[in-house]
Amino acid sequence: MDKTINQKAWFLVLPVFLVVAFSAVLPLMTVVNYSMQDTFGNNQFFWNGVGWFKELLDPSTDLGGRFLASLGRNLLFSAIILAIEVPLGIVVALSMPREGWSVAACLVILALPLLIPWNVVGTIWQIFGRPDIGLLGYTLNYLGFNYNYVSNDLDAWATVIVMDVWHWTSLVALLCYAGLKSIPDAYYQAAQIDGASRWAVFKAIQLPKMNRVLLIAVLLRFMDSFMIYTEPFVVTGGGPGNSTTFVSIELVKIALGQFDLGKAAALSLVYNLIILIVCWVFYTVMTNAGTERPAKEGAA
Amino acid sequence: MARIDLVDLAQSYSGNDAPLESFALKPVTMTWRQGGAYALLGPSGCGKTTLLNLISGIVTPSRGKILFDGQDITPLSTQKRNIAQVFQFPVIYDTMTVGENLAFPLKNRGVAKAEVNARVRQIADLLDLTPYLNRKATRLTADAKQKISLGRGLVRSDVAAVLFDEPLTVIDPELKWQLRSKLKALHRELDLTMIYVTHDQTEALTFADTVVVMHDGRVVQSGTPAELFDKPAHTFVGYFIGSPGMNIVPAEVSGHEARIDGHVIGLRRNYGVLPAGKKIDIGVRPEFVDVAPPASGLLSAKIERIDDLGRIQFARVRVGNTKLAARVPPGFAVSGDTAGLVFNPAYVHVYADSHLVEGVA
Repeated sequence: MDKTINQKAWFLVLPVFLVVAFSAVLPLMTVVNYSMQDTFGNNQFFWNGVGWFKELLDPSTDLGGRFLASLGRNLLFSAIILAIEVPLGIVVALSMPREGWSVAACLVILALPLLIPWNVVGTIWQIFGRPDIGLLGYTLNYLGFNYNYVSNDLDAWATVIVMDVWHWTSLVALLCYAGLKSIPDAYYQAAQIDGASRWAVFKAIQLPKMNRVLLIAVLLRFMDSFMIYTEPFVVTGGGPGNSTTFVSIELVKIALGQFDLGKAAALSLVYNLIILIVCWVFYTVMTNAGTERPAKEGAA
Repeated sequence: MARIDLVDLAQSYSGNDAPLESFALKPVTMTWRQGGAYALLGPSGCGKTTLLNLISGIVTPSRGKILFDGQDITPLSTQKRNIAQVFQFPVIYDTMTVGENLAFPLKNRGVAKAEVNARVRQIADLLDLTPYLNRKATRLTADAKQKISLGRGLVRSDVAAVLFDEPLTVIDPELKWQLRSKLKALHRELDLTMIYVTHDQTEALTFADTVVVMHDGRVVQSGTPAELFDKPAHTFVGYFIGSPGMNIVPAEVSGHEARIDGHVIGLRRNYGVLPAGKKIDIGVRPEFVDVAPPASGLLSAKIERIDDLGRIQFARVRVGNTKLAARVPPGFAVSGDTAGLVFNPAYVHVYADSHLVEGVA
């Protein structure tokens, strides 16, 4: 039995091949190429091997120090906003109405922050927090709090975190709400019959049924917050000092500010790799959670 | 365990002021005796699930009261009512093992651990779930999951009643029989009041000592399977129970006689003169009408087809515009397309506006 040989099929693959090549493979290889070289402008390049990567991982060098410090800040930031947004999103979703016109109203209100462009969000909070003309900044100072995100590290962090929570908790809430809506009424009725408390209902029914959407929410929020650039850049510009300089801000400084293409390329590859690895770990851990736990001894 | 009394209980999903005809459950007063096995039988939408949900407290009644052992529990929430209910589709708690699922209703009520364990073991034993006790419940088949749901319903020994809302819908026919006999055995063993909702007459008649037939939001008859079969109180019961259902034929009735198309059929009881203006029918089950060779003394009918059910044959016949089913006696060979019908007077009932009229002996 002969296979039909038809070389024309290659033409069908060609468009995809070209698109992927120009949009993904070539830019990525360019970055890989840069990461192995040093440049002094004028399109002059010198081979540097894995030199930049070594520096990146060595805190005693300038590049390594800046990278690791911003990475640390970034991880802390992601951890804090996940710790706030996920529980808060669940609480918001749980307290949303389940039927009636108020559902639509809630959904619209929740969706609003998600529709605002990043730099607009940044601008809103930049002005909102200003001690001289911002409603928040002025009010806090009027009440006796010495709040100034331009000069105080803690205030800058608080502003950036509250801004992110304001912007993105809706996403978690909407995802959780979708998860909650998919639970059939019979589950709640059975729980009533079984005499379950509100907390037991949450633990035995709602949380397990939200498992999947929570996984998605955590992944999305982690990736987004780990890659955050625009909002803190607009509000604090990475300051005061370097206190809110996250990895992406550092990257832009190196690539565009100093025009150190080699260092920036090496940093972006490592940055990319970290995101991939963390997402893979998250995904594996959360999809396996609850399924491969060994059965406990004793029935009840 | 308790006796359950319903007093003028009614439910409307569109408010108490809605016309009575639109009520999902029209006012009903009845008593469920402690330890009984009841079936609530009726077609979809007849209000049987509503009645069940009222008893368990998932739905709050628009009118009337529910008493457990004489105590009014109408305002109490489901949690406080001490009732167990099993739903149509299996409900299991995903994160728990089978054992934990069974223990859940007891744990929530703060039962001592030793007692919980003993009870879970007993129920698991009765339902053949013992080998699965330490397994996650999510990975099991639909019928195993439904067994867990049943188990959670049965695990509390102190419940006033266990309510089943078509619990065997998702189960394979073969297993249905097994589980139903199991339920029946459990009923004897655990001495619980059980109320079983179904639209399947076989299921109802095999499970229950007392079958409560509902139609259009009303309880039309409650009685033993034999009573429902021999003496339906409502034409709906006659039609719904039995296969084929009861023949309902418009007739004129006076004294000991019913007249169909001018042909006279003898009745066992005396009905005197029935009130005018009501729609009078006679009802007789196909099992009590035999086809015979046409003869001058018999109501003659046109045979349309013969249904052979294996053990028994039914002839589908037509008298005027009315269709009837009649038994073909063993050894009787149908010839031609007309036949005479022989009625057994003891089983011919008279209905006025669909309700049974009791004659005088």
